[in-house]
Amino acid sequence: MNADRRPALKPVSESVGPIAAMAAVFARDVRVAFRQRQDLLNPLLFFIMVVTLFPLGVSPEVAFLKQSGAGILWVAALLSVLLSLDHLFRHDFDDGTLEQLVLQPQPLFLLVLAKTAAHWVLTGLPLVLLAPVLGVMVHLDGNSIAILCLTLLIGTPVLSMIGAIGAALTLGLRSAGVLLSLLIIPLYIPVLIFGTGTVAAAAEGAPVGGYLALMGAFLVLAVTLSPFASAAALRISLSNS
Amino acid sequence: MWQFFHKLGSPKWFFGIATRFMPWLLAIGIILLLAGLVWGLAFAPKDYLQGNSYRIIFIHVPTAFLAQSIYIMMASAAIVTLVWRMKLADVFVKAVAPVGLVFTFLSLFTGAVWGKPTWGTWWVWDARLTSMLILLFLYGGTIALDRAINDEKSAARAVAVLVLVGVVNIPIIKYSVEWWNTLHQPATFKLTEKPSMPVEMWVPLLLSVLGLYLLFGWLACLRMKTEIVMREQKTRWVRELVMAGRG
Repeated sequence: MNADRRPALKPVSESVGPIAAMAAVFARDVRVAFRQRQDLLNPLLFFIMVVTLFPLGVSPEVAFLKQSGAGILWVAALLSVLLSLDHLFRHDFDDGTLEQLVLQPQPLFLLVLAKTAAHWVLTGLPLVLLAPVLGVMVHLDGNSIAILCLTLLIGTPVLSMIGAIGAALTLGLRSAGVLLSLLIIPLYIPVLIFGTGTVAAAAEGAPVGGYLALMGAFLVLAVTLSPFASAAALRISLSNS
Repeated sequence: MWQFFHKLGSPKWFFGIATRFMPWLLAIGIILLLAGLVWGLAFAPKDYLQGNSYRIIFIHVPTAFLAQSIYIMMASAAIVTLVWRMKLADVFVKAVAPVGLVFTFLSLFTGAVWGKPTWGTWWVWDARLTSMLILLFLYGGTIALDRAINDEKSAARAVAVLVLVGVVNIPIIKYSVEWWNTLHQPATFKLTEKPSMPVEMWVPLLLSVLGLYLLFGWLACLRMKTEIVMREQKTRWVRELVMAGRG
């Protein structure tokens, strides 16, 4: 990684409000990501490839794909979010930016929230936008695709939020990648269950309002609580190194 | 009150207290568990629907109880670790996590053995079973994270954060049988209601649950004592203890 291509974190003075600080962190993360475009593309390629494995490995029959397509897309999206999490804090940790963030006068959990939001915009959102194309390839009908995209839209931010906790906890550890998966996948399971459950209910013509409301509740819980856990975990990981 | 609090934080004080209580925990625990198991397995009446196969309840329910309450205890200790940085809380979380893992595994295993004759299958992907499986993963995750971090203090605090995040799973397990339509029967015991089973069945069940709790207390003390001696091996009191033990 080329260090001088990464813009330095602008010193944020005490007079800057927390919202402005969040916006600055968000904007910086987006800018950094666009200077390393391959990192942006990798999770998407991974997403497409995992989805490709199922028709080839299990069965290319239309009936099978129609029935399991939503589940396949959800699992693939979950895995590619998981794979991208390592980047969330790693580079900032390596070059010391993270320590500067911790030292800012603004509350750390807000800055972490901004970083996680940037992570979602850069990985989760592209997955949602790509999902309809893959949905057509696994023979989902239009209604199912719409519901699937909606669940991914609500669900992927939850994945990023929960994932940030794991990424912060495993920061600086040697076998961080595998450990991160071990810690985070159990916490992803409820999101996956309700995400695919919504699409299954829609396919049967059942009302999906309740499912979507529950997923919305997950999102609210994750956005409000997980930044505190991530911030606490970051402080622990930084004091460790 | 504060003096008690300070004492509770002192590994040396805990070591003494634990040594004094452990024989009692062990003795009463074994007596209660044996009484509950013998009564339940040999003398309790047959279930009118499930026949004799229901008797595994006397092992299944106590292990499942412990599996969940050990996690709640760990979460409480995790709060203490994060807020007051009490050494004993770290020791507790580290010492009991593998015990919780084993109890969760046992409850899943006995559940599978029970499921075969009554549901006709070893495993179903229903809410109760799946969330217990997640609990097993969570225990595994805490142990893995603890092993991965070398620094003792950071490890304890990182594990504490993870344990607290995992707490969301506990209410899901607890209420899964009521929220979703599952194969699993509703809770056997409730504090607020009269048990739905006859006295000859729930008394032995209660005995074995209490017995297993006491045995867990004994095991937790034993494991915590080991951990304390490992951590405090450089202090004088541990050295004196070892010398005295050598005679």
